Amino acid sequence: MRHAIGLKIGPVAFRVGSDWAGPIAALADLYRDYPPPTGVPDYTVRLEAARPWRRWIRPSVTVRGDHMLPDALPLDLAHGVLAAEIGMNLQLALGERRWLLLHASSVERDGRALIMSGESGSGKSTLAAVLATRGWRLMGDEFALIDLATGAARAFPRATSLKNGAIDEMLRHVPDARFGAALTGTPKGRLRHLRPDAQAIARMDAPAIPALILFPQFGRPEAAEAMGPAETFVRLTQASTNYVPLGRAGYDALTRLVTAVPTVAVDYPDTDTAVGMVEQLWAALP
Amino acid sequence: MNAARDLVAVLADPAQAAAFDDPRWTGMLCAAVAERLAGTLAERLAGVAVPDTVAAWRDNAAVQAAQERRSALWEAEMARRALAPLGVPVVLLKGTAYVAGGLAAGRGRSIGDLDILVPRAKLDAVEAALLAAGWEWVKPDPYDDAYYRQWMHELPPLIHASRDRMIDVHHTILPPTARPTPDADLLIADSVPLPDGLRMLCADDRIVHAAAHLLADGDMAGGLRNLWDIHCLIGEAGTDKLAARAARHGLGPAVARAGRLAHALYGTDVPVTWRRLTVADRLFRRRMLAVDGWGRDVRRGTRFAFYVRSHWLRMPPLMLARHLWVKWRRGKQ
Repeated sequence: MRHAIGLKIGPVAFRVGSDWAGPIAALADLYRDYPPPTGVPDYTVRLEAARPWRRWIRPSVTVRGDHMLPDALPLDLAHGVLAAEIGMNLQLALGERRWLLLHASSVERDGRALIMSGESGSGKSTLAAVLATRGWRLMGDEFALIDLATGAARAFPRATSLKNGAIDEMLRHVPDARFGAALTGTPKGRLRHLRPDAQAIARMDAPAIPALILFPQFGRPEAAEAMGPAETFVRLTQASTNYVPLGRAGYDALTRLVTAVPTVAVDYPDTDTAVGMVEQLWAALP
Repeated sequence: MNAARDLVAVLADPAQAAAFDDPRWTGMLCAAVAERLAGTLAERLAGVAVPDTVAAWRDNAAVQAAQERRSALWEAEMARRALAPLGVPVVLLKGTAYVAGGLAAGRGRSIGDLDILVPRAKLDAVEAALLAAGWEWVKPDPYDDAYYRQWMHELPPLIHASRDRMIDVHHTILPPTARPTPDADLLIADSVPLPDGLRMLCADDRIVHAAAHLLADGDMAGGLRNLWDIHCLIGEAGTDKLAARAARHGLGPAVARAGRLAHALYGTDVPVTWRRLTVADRLFRRRMLAVDGWGRDVRRGTRFAFYVRSHWLRMPPLMLARHLWVKWRRGKQ
């Protein structure tokens, strides 16, 4: 395509092509500290004009690629970097079979991983980003990749996608220079990307052993309740994009995860409280 | 460098890829995904020395293909259980038949819907049994439903409520409105049993059906994959009695063209008379290679011409006019 960039995020390499220069320039800026990929990419993403003339007239970005959804709505050209993010997520969600994918954020300390799963708005991305400012290594804010053979978690540290109030919250913790451009009026509201820190990028190929699973829920009075393996299993099948197609291998990997790793549902009113709760739960691990 | 041509060459002879650099690999793999040939290509590249990043792609595609195979066989088993009490012959078609029959065309093949063929006289009973076993209508639109029932070679598609998988129930292999009229009774009478009680078409009819599906129906979307099926089917069954069999179904020209194209693209072993492309064949080849190294559809004019052709094949002019009128009016609503 006319404009293109290669990106390697953790173990996954993408090729993103675009009809316009803008989205590629924005991606290059957002991922400027990442080592460029070598070899053949795992996935191709295309940011295309839905019709040839839509390249110039009321330009809007249609997300296509190796794997796509038939009725995806086009995005405003100004939100091209969001389109690329959606495209990369879709490739993994629909095409990836090497790992069990959990829709979760994750951080690492001492070779052990904390996995946080929950709906959009639960605060898992913000919590991971804040923990990364307190000595944890950010592994990712979207997908945790569970190795089917070893059970280890692999990092997928793409730029953290922060929405609305979470942007202001993170500006309290990290300098403005770490952020990408502000996108307003996206389907998800106001959106800004946060570049992962140097540690997250330098160690993005290092796996970690899952040690604790949390289901955070922002905006509630402080409460922590242990969750049994059966409930964790069911909730994580819902949080996995490829549990069903993986068949037996997915079942085995998930069973191993939920029986080996303690799980806690964590309600919290604000981020500082959540960090305190996480540290307490982490310290109490065997 | 042309990704579609590279894909065809490497499917035919995987050793061709030894000279590829990374950009050429990238374009070919992307074209393979777009043409739903990723699993097939992965299978062809098994045991071939490839760069590490290509090996990672190949492993992922191979796992995906193995899963599709497992789901397809399971879906066939579900249909078998639902239809067994009726005692009607149930003939698997296309991809599911290839994997169930252990055929070369099934190796790594991507499989979407389950396609079965049953006797037309039993269609109502089959439909009722499937609905009772959890399948549901996909197309609630009365025009579409009536169109299928009156003019198509299959029931309107059904989808299973809990497994989310589609089944196409055929009573013959071409729409009744198409000019050739295959002998559906003969297809079923000569079908061969599979170990579990399901059936598949006999070897020659499998080729006839694949050729009909590729050339006498539809707009050639997925043409490279369908032609690969034909290459593999001919490789296993040969062509000794093929022309005679095709003639009995009124599909001699389609099978001959499929044979010529398979020879031209994949080097299939075919009779001498099928080893030269006609001028019209070259248009089909041009259409089949209309994908680029980004997986994009190219050659818009050629594609559109084949889209128009697909409707022309399926409908006499007055019927086509009425169909387009209904579809256009609905588009306006």
